[in-house]
Amino acid sequence: MVEFCMPSLGADMEAGTVYDWRVQPGDPVRRGDVIASVETDKGIIDVEIFEYGMVEQILVEAGTRVPVGAVLAVIRSAEGAPALLRQAQGRPVAAMTEAAVAEKVHPLPQRPSGLPGRIEVAPAGNGRRLKVSPAARKRAAELGVDLSAVQGTGPGEAVTLEDVEQAAATAARPVHTKAEGEHIRVSPVARRVAEEMGIDLGAVEGTGPRGAISRADVERVAAGRSVIGEKEVRAAPEAAAPAQLPPKTQADFQAGMRRAIAAAMSRSNRDIPHYYLETHIDMSHALDWLEAENLNRPIKDRILPAALLIKAVARALGDVPELNGYWLDDQLQVQEAIHIGFAIALRQGGLVTPAIHHADLKSLDELMAALRDLITRTRSGGLRSSELTDTTITVTNLGDTGVEKVYGVIYPPQVALVGFGKVTEQVWVEKGMMGIRPVLSATLAGDHRATDGRRGGQFLDALNEYLQEPETL
Amino acid sequence: MTIKTVSDEQIKTTIFDVLGSITPEADFDALDPNEDLRARLDIDSFDFLNFLIGLNEVLGVEIPEADYGQLVSLNDLVNYLSARSHL
Repeated sequence: MVEFCMPSLGADMEAGTVYDWRVQPGDPVRRGDVIASVETDKGIIDVEIFEYGMVEQILVEAGTRVPVGAVLAVIRSAEGAPALLRQAQGRPVAAMTEAAVAEKVHPLPQRPSGLPGRIEVAPAGNGRRLKVSPAARKRAAELGVDLSAVQGTGPGEAVTLEDVEQAAATAARPVHTKAEGEHIRVSPVARRVAEEMGIDLGAVEGTGPRGAISRADVERVAAGRSVIGEKEVRAAPEAAAPAQLPPKTQADFQAGMRRAIAAAMSRSNRDIPHYYLETHIDMSHALDWLEAENLNRPIKDRILPAALLIKAVARALGDVPELNGYWLDDQLQVQEAIHIGFAIALRQGGLVTPAIHHADLKSLDELMAALRDLITRTRSGGLRSSELTDTTITVTNLGDTGVEKVYGVIYPPQVALVGFGKVTEQVWVEKGMMGIRPVLSATLAGDHRATDGRRGGQFLDALNEYLQEPETL
Repeated sequence: MTIKTVSDEQIKTTIFDVLGSITPEADFDALDPNEDLRARLDIDSFDFLNFLIGLNEVLGVEIPEADYGQLVSLNDLVNYLSARSHL
């Protein structure tokens, strides 16, 4: 069996609403199939499955909002594999409880989108590293088991699903009672919300692990409602009303978009020590070549400078791969595939950065087609989940505005962002000769944990070199 | 200039039709025919290329890149296209 979970479609996503199902129980599914669409702060996204098999059961009705990691459906895998595999895009939510599943919003676990089949390594309370399989982590969260107290029996003392269930069986879930002066476990978000709403935390019953108070708990008290019992929660999916989504107004969408960007960018500025580099690139050769090339093409097949820039970035990443990857678990994880996220501004405000998959392997024509397709789908809906989760580096091009240079904010867990400004005519001195050239400012925002300025500088040098040989791109 | 022929009116209608699919939220009535169309409607280079492709499909006019600089306002577009289209 495979669990199909609410995916994290970016570091900023806390929860999503199942918009509709494209499959029914009994339907066969293949890797890459879109089986549901999910409404997020960034629009309605088509969610793909990464398994072959058959839909066994749908657990969450359309119209229901659930946190990232909640199991949406159960898939019987084609091989009938007995192991409880996790969906590539679904990842465990550290503090997920069943009560939280039914609540509308849950604090975001500060983890990036999951990598398939990865054994998670989390710091344990006593400083030792704790190996936990994703399935075990999720089960532990469900059962309220403290992972640091579980003795792992898996490879390398990894905590397995069995270990978690064993621990839960031998020790009944501790009932949390608050004595006078006792330390109350409460998430920072919940504490803030409580302060804002004037809620006494001592009066809030925590439903998180070890009785921790989550934001949902605070909001429940604020709403004057009693804690939802587990029985009621279990019944919730069946009891959910048929797909009736309240119409989302433009203002709602805007507010959601701003919240999503705020969360991701705040996290970036809090966690990532950025360094910035800038170089000026003489674009005369590239633009001349492009103009000549476009003269021979019908208007439909014209290539925009943006495609050239993306291809040059992809090639330069081949030379400096350290900028293409993620900072996860206190280390740089370089990604082999180059999936460039291209920042697309929405006219009503906000932006989305869907990935151009394998940008290094695409021709300029293919890049143009991919860009056009992505821009259309970003604005009209229909982005696929993989396009939001796979991005390994982001490119932002503000060249259409009057801006000459852009110093970007890295989108975690990525480790770099390349910024392009407007091409302007500038005085250019080369080999003692002065001339006027179209000049492009290219900037690199790098994560100093992952790379240093020297490597970043080598990337910008390589980028410049590729743009001097546009015919090779 | 003022719109003086039926053909110019038809071209203007075509322009708004194509633009409408690119910037559905735009209010064309409030548009000053002499102002910078791209700046006013927040049209980036991709939108602009799609706009020209759309015009090409309807009017059959190939606009070379070298002429982009002449096409700033609505009036620029109407003049340019009416001189070249066979509508």
